[in-house]
Amino acid sequence: MSGDCLLRAENIGFEARGVALLRGVSFEVRAGRRLVILGPNGAGKSLLLRICHGLIAPSQGRVVRAGEGVRAARQAMVFQRPVMLRRSVRANLDHALALQGLSGPDRKARCEAALERFGLMPLAGRGARLLSGGEQQRLALARAWATRPDLLILDEPTSALDPASTRLIEDSLLQFSAEGMALVMTTHDLGQARRLGEEVIFLDRGQILETTPAPAFFSAPVSREARGYLAGELLW
Amino acid sequence: MTLLRRLTVSFVLGFAALPASAETFITVASTTSTENSGLFGHILPIFKEKTGIEVRVIAQGTGQALETARRGDADVVFVHARGQEEKFVAEGWGVQRFDVMYNDFILVGPAEDPAKTKAAATAAEAFKAVAASGAKFASRGDDSGTHVAEKKLWESAGITAEGQPWYLSTGSGMGATLNTAAQVPAYALADRGTWLSFENRGPLEITFEGDKVLFNPYGVILVNKEKHPHVKVTEGQAFVDWLISAEGQAAIAEYKINGQQLFFPSAAK
Amino acid sequence: MSDTAIITAFSLIAEADPALVQVIGLSLRVSLSAIVLACLIALPLGAALALSRFPGRGGVIVICNALMGLPPVVAGLLIYLLLSRSGPLGSLELLFTPAAMIAAQTVLVVPIILSLTRSMIEELWGEYEEQLRSLGSGRLRAVPTLLWDGRVGLLTGILAGFGRASAEVGAVLIVGGNIAGHTRTMTTAITLETNRGNLAMAVALGIILLSIVLGLNALAFGLTQWSRRRMG
Repeated sequence: MSGDCLLRAENIGFEARGVALLRGVSFEVRAGRRLVILGPNGAGKSLLLRICHGLIAPSQGRVVRAGEGVRAARQAMVFQRPVMLRRSVRANLDHALALQGLSGPDRKARCEAALERFGLMPLAGRGARLLSGGEQQRLALARAWATRPDLLILDEPTSALDPASTRLIEDSLLQFSAEGMALVMTTHDLGQARRLGEEVIFLDRGQILETTPAPAFFSAPVSREARGYLAGELLW
Repeated sequence: MTLLRRLTVSFVLGFAALPASAETFITVASTTSTENSGLFGHILPIFKEKTGIEVRVIAQGTGQALETARRGDADVVFVHARGQEEKFVAEGWGVQRFDVMYNDFILVGPAEDPAKTKAAATAAEAFKAVAASGAKFASRGDDSGTHVAEKKLWESAGITAEGQPWYLSTGSGMGATLNTAAQVPAYALADRGTWLSFENRGPLEITFEGDKVLFNPYGVILVNKEKHPHVKVTEGQAFVDWLISAEGQAAIAEYKINGQQLFFPSAAK
Repeated sequence: MSDTAIITAFSLIAEADPALVQVIGLSLRVSLSAIVLACLIALPLGAALALSRFPGRGGVIVICNALMGLPPVVAGLLIYLLLSRSGPLGSLELLFTPAAMIAAQTVLVVPIILSLTRSMIEELWGEYEEQLRSLGSGRLRAVPTLLWDGRVGLLTGILAGFGRASAEVGAVLIVGGNIAGHTRTMTTAITLETNRGNLAMAVALGIILLSIVLGLNALAFGLTQWSRRRMG
């Protein structure tokens, strides 16, 4: 349990049309750690990630980011289905970097580095929307990586991909982690959760039922709901 | 100030405005009959050659042309509805009316002449015959000089034509009305100039002509600078003077279509 | 008759009749200027309308959509009353000039481009919003991104606007005056030739006008196809 706290969710609640979708959710993400959020559909996982990334304002509570104002921890997000601009692969990377306020030469250097690292160089001039799903998700990861985030948030990043593409994404994420990037992700793939998670949050009907180191969660889940969830997997 | 504003405007509205002010020009509100007959195409180059003044003609019905001048959007009016012209001057919008030329109106209709207007002795008789036969009649209906003349003719024939099922009010120019008349077919009152240069006659031909009441005088009036201070008095007056000069009158007389003279000079010597 | 019209059209083009060249040149100059102006006004405004939320926004959208059907004559009359010597902007001396025609066509085209931009950008923003915001883009910063990514659809709207501008006769006739050699465009020349009963010439001019619009549309179609193939 080392590293500074990059992001702290404090008593997050969210209501829509009188229905509480999240209640009293609190947790921390520390630098360089990998956190996996598990839970059945409708538990509020995606909503929680969007609140953490500032895309949606919570009804209660707040999200505190490290060093806000002075040296804000940089954060990036990758979605289940990436949305690419109707431009080339390279232009998509460049656009994201331009939004970070980077100057031309910096953008160019980072673009090339990202294309190189994610094996996208041969596709650089192609229309991003004409790539396969796996290639697009790889580009989404490259786009996030190029902004040099301290924390990367991923919402079911591989659920639409085949095993080979999933493998490529997972390898990249482990490398990111080794380089000190913190990860927060959701997934329905328990194998992936085992491979990537250091810590697990189990979310059910908008509430956190467990916050446990991953090995402990998989070997001895405490709550009945988590046991049921894991047992569901065994039926397959 | 004005220059700066004009530059700004021309910048905003595109590059089109600047050349507009580069040379001397006057704006003349005239009638479709003079424009459509091709008279201006003949006389204006001669005038420009002599004076260097470009004449920009807005061809409208007489009523609209006078209204354009009343609003201050023309320097000179050159129209053919004497009563309205005199009223225009009397109300102070124009300086003075000068006779320039005349042509005449003709009644055109289907060649077989169902109303037997060819046999009529006077224009009023011809109009009565049209009304009595139930044949169609196409009217300009646009308050133009021709329309005003036509209304007078119905009046002299003692007929209320407006609203009759056979009376077609086209609400458009001479050419458009002739196009309609050719299609229906219908009788129509036309000025000889437009008729001579008109190519889409279809079954139409002249069925009545020559009555003195069909005489169609054109007048020219300089817009009064007391009403509109921006009127280009010098250039406008130059145009008026030239039209009624021996040279201008000769230029008008010289214009012919298929060997036929369209307009007859009538300026007081 | 139509044979003569086609022969007339070709011989006019072949001779490159100076009066005709002048008329075509003026038509293009006026309509293209109007389109450029209308784009400068309507693209940012349409995008702003798509991305902003304010009371009465629905009403503004309905009005813009309705104005697409503004009769050209009414637009022409409004500009006429504005630019007439007796009107508020009379001292600018713009009536019966190409500038007045540009203004009239701009008024006609702005609602078309604005409405299409608005609906187009709104749809695109629905698709891009989360992604763009996750990358740190606010609504204002998103405007150029969305306009550029909507370029194919926007081009169609701009072409529709050009079609309306170049085909329009009522407004330019009123504010331009159809002055030979000065404010005579293809459409007002067609009206004049029709009134002269010179239908072959009128149809010939119509054929030329149609060919120009056709050529521009073909060009735009090719461009959009190419862009779609390359960028999806």
